[in-house]
Amino acid sequence: MFNDPHPDEVRVISKRFGLPNSASIDTYLANEGYVALMKAIEMSPEQIIDELKISSLRGRGGAGFPTGMKWSFIPRDNPKPKYVVVNADESEPGTCKDRLLIENDPHQLIEGCLIAARTIGCKKGYIYIRGEYRYLIDIMDKALAEAYAHGYLGKNIKGSGLDFDLYTHTGAGAYECGEESALLESLEGKRGVPRIRPPFPAVAGLYASPTVLNNVETFATVPAVLRMGGQAYADLGTPKNGGTRMLCVSGHVNRPGVYEVPLGFPMHKMIYEVCGGIRNGKKLKAVIPGGSSSPVLRAEECDFPMDYDNYARMKTMAGSGGMMVMDEDTDIVKVALRTMRFYAHESCGWCIPCREGTTWLRKILTRMDEGTGRRADIDLIHELAKNMLGRTFCPLGDAAAMPTIGFVEKFREEFEARLRETTVPVVSPDQLISIS
Amino acid sequence: MTFSTATENKLQEIWARYPEGRKRSAVIPMLMYAQDEVGQVTSELVAEVAKRCEVTPLQVEEVVGYYSMLNKERMGKHHVQICTNIACLLMGGEELWNHATKRLGIGHKQVTADGLISLEEVECAGACSWAPCVVDGYEYHHHATIEKLDRLLDSIQKVN
Ligand SMILES: Cc1cc2nc3c(=O)[nH]c(=O)nc-3n(C[C@H](O)[C@H](O)[C@H](O)COP(=O)(O)O)c2cc1C
Ligand code: SF4
Ligand code: FES
Repeated sequence: MFNDPHPDEVRVISKRFGLPNSASIDTYLANEGYVALMKAIEMSPEQIIDELKISSLRGRGGAGFPTGMKWSFIPRDNPKPKYVVVNADESEPGTCKDRLLIENDPHQLIEGCLIAARTIGCKKGYIYIRGEYRYLIDIMDKALAEAYAHGYLGKNIKGSGLDFDLYTHTGAGAYECGEESALLESLEGKRGVPRIRPPFPAVAGLYASPTVLNNVETFATVPAVLRMGGQAYADLGTPKNGGTRMLCVSGHVNRPGVYEVPLGFPMHKMIYEVCGGIRNGKKLKAVIPGGSSSPVLRAEECDFPMDYDNYARMKTMAGSGGMMVMDEDTDIVKVALRTMRFYAHESCGWCIPCREGTTWLRKILTRMDEGTGRRADIDLIHELAKNMLGRTFCPLGDAAAMPTIGFVEKFREEFEARLRETTVPVVSPDQLISIS
Repeated sequence: MTFSTATENKLQEIWARYPEGRKRSAVIPMLMYAQDEVGQVTSELVAEVAKRCEVTPLQVEEVVGYYSMLNKERMGKHHVQICTNIACLLMGGEELWNHATKRLGIGHKQVTADGLISLEEVECAGACSWAPCVVDGYEYHHHATIEKLDRLLDSIQKVN
């Protein structure tokens, strides 16, 4: 399902994609598989963490937190069992890369988990996979069974004294369960609502024990970092933005797909060369650069080197790597509404600004879309979204507010054009309050 | 409650994955696999999972109410899900959804009178680069078109 490699791609973690039986342990072993684990066994935990720090690998799940630093927060002297948890919930609209990493190279993920286990002194790990991905769970279970059969999981792994068991765990359909603390609640058999922090998972995660929790891509990258050396990995990217990333491009390009490119790769080149430009000779209108929670960019803003710092400079984010490309015919009001319908549906309902804010915004945007909005609605949307920012319990509230603010600020004229189509204002301000 | 041997083995295997005293972790996976066999989450199933995982039926109910893939109502023999989230919307997901509801005469989470097909408008299924996407049970259909959707529905209706 992946494209043939594009000459501009740098395939580090997707280099085995496309090999015959790429998911099997035999293919993995024949292609540098478990070499990094053997290195890790010889290294001290501090050395592994140092190597990760040098690599400047940052979390690929959304927040971009430096991985080496995250692992270093695990308290060594805590006598409790420690856990490794893989976030394979992959539910951010626009994102479909973790799926390919598991489908084509599950052993790379297992090896990443083993290295994490070796680093923090952990005996058990879970891969939390969204329920919709049942076929991936089957692929992963098969790979786990192979790893046990070859002595890479279980007791005294390859004579190193290391014991580690790794299991899959299915979700049951809830975007909020991708949020790390909600994921842990879900993994404990409860509703997926977030926890108050601190304590952070590194101190009190799964079963209140120290836990390393990372995205699939982050774990999958760890073996490459140890194999190549942190510096060589870092050098692939830009300063402070080490290595490569999987980008999932969707929408109106000629060749949508998942591509691995170095950090700092120019967005314009991504769209026009790697992805073959905009379909049907249309013009580019906008890009949602990193999944549905990242603020939209107008066409003229889409030419910068894609690394974490430059995304931040553009007041958006790299997020989960889901780039959604929109051509000149795209209806931004519709896109804004669909985005909000998503967040209103997925809000766990725990806190009022998110639960009520997303629902209210969904209602106003519906009205706008149907051509019955009022002029004041545009500012109301903006104001409401701004009021949600930073006032919610978990980042889902921000994830709903940030793109909405972006849509209104950058495409205000489209919201206004929608009003001019209206002849009769349908609701009065009083009704507005009562129906919200 | 009794299950087929395959499901029973799966439930046992799941149960064994969690540490002593942490069997509650098995609640969601058990419900998911048992639901596949039973067809819906019945009160009997809730009680059975509660017993196996040493929690109260209320604690299981709480979970069932929260997750969108756990259904207390019986869905169709084929549960057809259409994604209309952003990437799919851009590629025609909404047209697919409208077409399916018209053709089958049912809406979101409704079932055809013969119990054969149910429909659900779903949030991003993680297939954005191959949008639009239709999922039949657990099976993904990428780059969907109205013609492909019709062929899928035809084949379901012909076989059954
Ligand atoms: C609402 C919400 C949904 C999220 N969904 C995911 C997800 O599906 N996959 C993921 O890896 N991270 C997701 N995250 C980010 C995680 O909370 C966490 O930051 C990440 O898994 C940490 O791993 P990393 O350091 O490797 O990025 C989500 C965050 C929020 C707030
Ligand atoms: S921000 Fe939304 S999803 Fe997060 S805790 Fe509050 S209600 Fe739940
Ligand atoms: S938006 Fe439809 S699969 Fe992601």
